[in-house]
Amino acid sequence: MSSAPQWKNPVIRWVDERLPVFTYIDHEYNQFPVPKNLNYFWNFGALAMIVLVTMVVTGIVLAMQYTPHVDYAFGSVERIMRDVNYGWLIRYIHMNGGSMFFIIVYIHIFRGLYYGSYKSPRELLWMLGVVILLLMMATAFLGYVLPWGQMSFWGATVITNLFSALPIIGEPIVTWLWGGFAVDNATLNRFFSLHYLMPFVLFAVVGLHVVALHVTGSNNPTGIEIKGPQDSVPFNPYFTAKDSVGLGVFLIFFAYFVFFAPNFFGEVDNYIEANPMQTPPHIVPEWYFLPFYAMLRAITFDVFFIPAKLLGVMVMGASIMILFIVPWLDTSKVRSARYRPVYKWLFWVLVIDCFVLGYVGAKPPEGVLVLMGQLGTAYYFLHFLVIMPIVGKLETPLPLPASISEAVSGGSANSSPSGMEKP
Amino acid sequence: MSEATQSPESTEDDVGRRDFLVLATAAVGAVGAASFVWPLVDSMNPSAEVLALSKIEVDLGPIEEGQSITVVWQGKPVFIRRRTKVEISAAVKDDGADLRQKEKDADRTQKPEWLVMIGICTHLGCIPLGQKAVETKGEYGGWFCPCHGSHYDTSGRIRKGPAPLNLEVPKYKFLDDKSIRIG
Ligand code: HEM
Ligand code: FES
Repeated sequence: MSSAPQWKNPVIRWVDERLPVFTYIDHEYNQFPVPKNLNYFWNFGALAMIVLVTMVVTGIVLAMQYTPHVDYAFGSVERIMRDVNYGWLIRYIHMNGGSMFFIIVYIHIFRGLYYGSYKSPRELLWMLGVVILLLMMATAFLGYVLPWGQMSFWGATVITNLFSALPIIGEPIVTWLWGGFAVDNATLNRFFSLHYLMPFVLFAVVGLHVVALHVTGSNNPTGIEIKGPQDSVPFNPYFTAKDSVGLGVFLIFFAYFVFFAPNFFGEVDNYIEANPMQTPPHIVPEWYFLPFYAMLRAITFDVFFIPAKLLGVMVMGASIMILFIVPWLDTSKVRSARYRPVYKWLFWVLVIDCFVLGYVGAKPPEGVLVLMGQLGTAYYFLHFLVIMPIVGKLETPLPLPASISEAVSGGSANSSPSGMEKP
Repeated sequence: MSEATQSPESTEDDVGRRDFLVLATAAVGAVGAASFVWPLVDSMNPSAEVLALSKIEVDLGPIEEGQSITVVWQGKPVFIRRRTKVEISAAVKDDGADLRQKEKDADRTQKPEWLVMIGICTHLGCIPLGQKAVETKGEYGGWFCPCHGSHYDTSGRIRKGPAPLNLEVPKYKFLDDKSIRIG
């Protein structure tokens, strides 16, 4: 099936015999067998890749006009918006691209959670994904500081101060991160340097992620492995075409925000220049951090000798770290929630819980919202630490189809004819 | 290569010696690498010119009773409040209250009338409200941090909310009756 191609073009052949890049690309992106029942949720990895490239390209052009100095940063961004040719477009693409990246990756992650893509043999693939998520968060946080608006400054202050919760080493670490005694010019400079660096680290980890994917192959909506050639199709043209459809739809969505609602995801306060002497009345992080922010604030009480502040930071950290061990928390023998009558619903409860946490994170911590945040946080951990292991053991899964082919064309009651059923 | 290491002549002694050499080389290499990393790490700490700005003098003359000013020290806001009789007695009265961080009002001031502290919430670093007359002062009549709802009393002690510690009192010295040096 995957025979080495015979390159007709002599130049290509000459290069390929010495450095087999063409054979590699042909093998991994042309002939690469993918399950023939992949639905549109399998578009989001490729979309994430395209957004990553978009961010790097627009970012490099922006960096040519931007000045990382506390006295000029805000002004230089306004100059980009008003004076630089197409500066407004490039900045709005980069700004909204960040939000798009998180929308895509969150869908990508929940896709994995629903179809059990993290289960053996894809544990490392999943864990690399969590590393990617962490790197993305770091990159987005650093980038948000650069325009040096009020939210930039106070967001940076609050988040770097999280480290001060650590006993003894906390304060020295914060001073070291700042390069001073407050978020200041030294901080802005290093954040610019690191914001430029991070995406390239991301590229490297995404590379490993894709290599790992090409070892195990893609999971699919049934969660059962490819059993023979009848279950798969070559990546090209089948999946390149399907990815292109998804890309078209995504670009329309993306363009809508860039051209018609460019500040939809932003905060008005960030159009006020940073003022280290005046905290805005209500600090909120970017939307993609809200559920985590809600968990940070949910802890308003000390537990034994651990002060509330440290505990809040620990809980927030744990909410992501827990994803690393999901492959071992899930005890179910069946991958896809499509065949898990109980877990299927609990999956959606988790999704709703994340939205509730996001809502709580956006509001001032008052009244019932405090309790909502605490319950939401408790449920989040309950899902991973209790529901996943126990439901996996107790639930009786539905009978699995014998093969992907049977599920798609064998008239099994569980699959829609198109194989594009929503989860 | 592998044949040489497994040849009959290589005694157990040899293997032990080789392991030792490998370990010793690796250890020296690790120390060398670490000593190269340290300058890079330390370069990110506050530089000399940032440290040089570490003292300021403040004239307290123009401040009326019940008024506060905010000055900048090391890039941080310092609150200086000339407290009223009522505020002082409230602060002293609460010395015995159930405080998160036990500190007597007298230990937080050099002269009861003047409260000098770093205006940074000990939770996550926002600047509490309460310096201006129009701003909310929280449930204890001192300062209120809007970020996550920390309430400080008229001595700047944490009374309610997520912040773990009282507002920090910096090192300062009265130069004369009406001026101080911070730092
Ligand atoms: C920059 C961000 C990311 C990029 C560019 C990326 C890229 C990709 C690509 C191209 C695929 C194959 C297509 C697909 O299945 O959709 C993939 C698969 C996968 N990714 Fe990611 N990914 C990213 C982030 C993440 C994160 C944050 C996670 C999880 C925490 C994750 C988990 C997975 C898993 C489990 C698969 C295998 C899915 C399957 O075959 O069912 N990825 N990724
Ligand atoms: S920073 Fe003041 S309450 Fe959180």
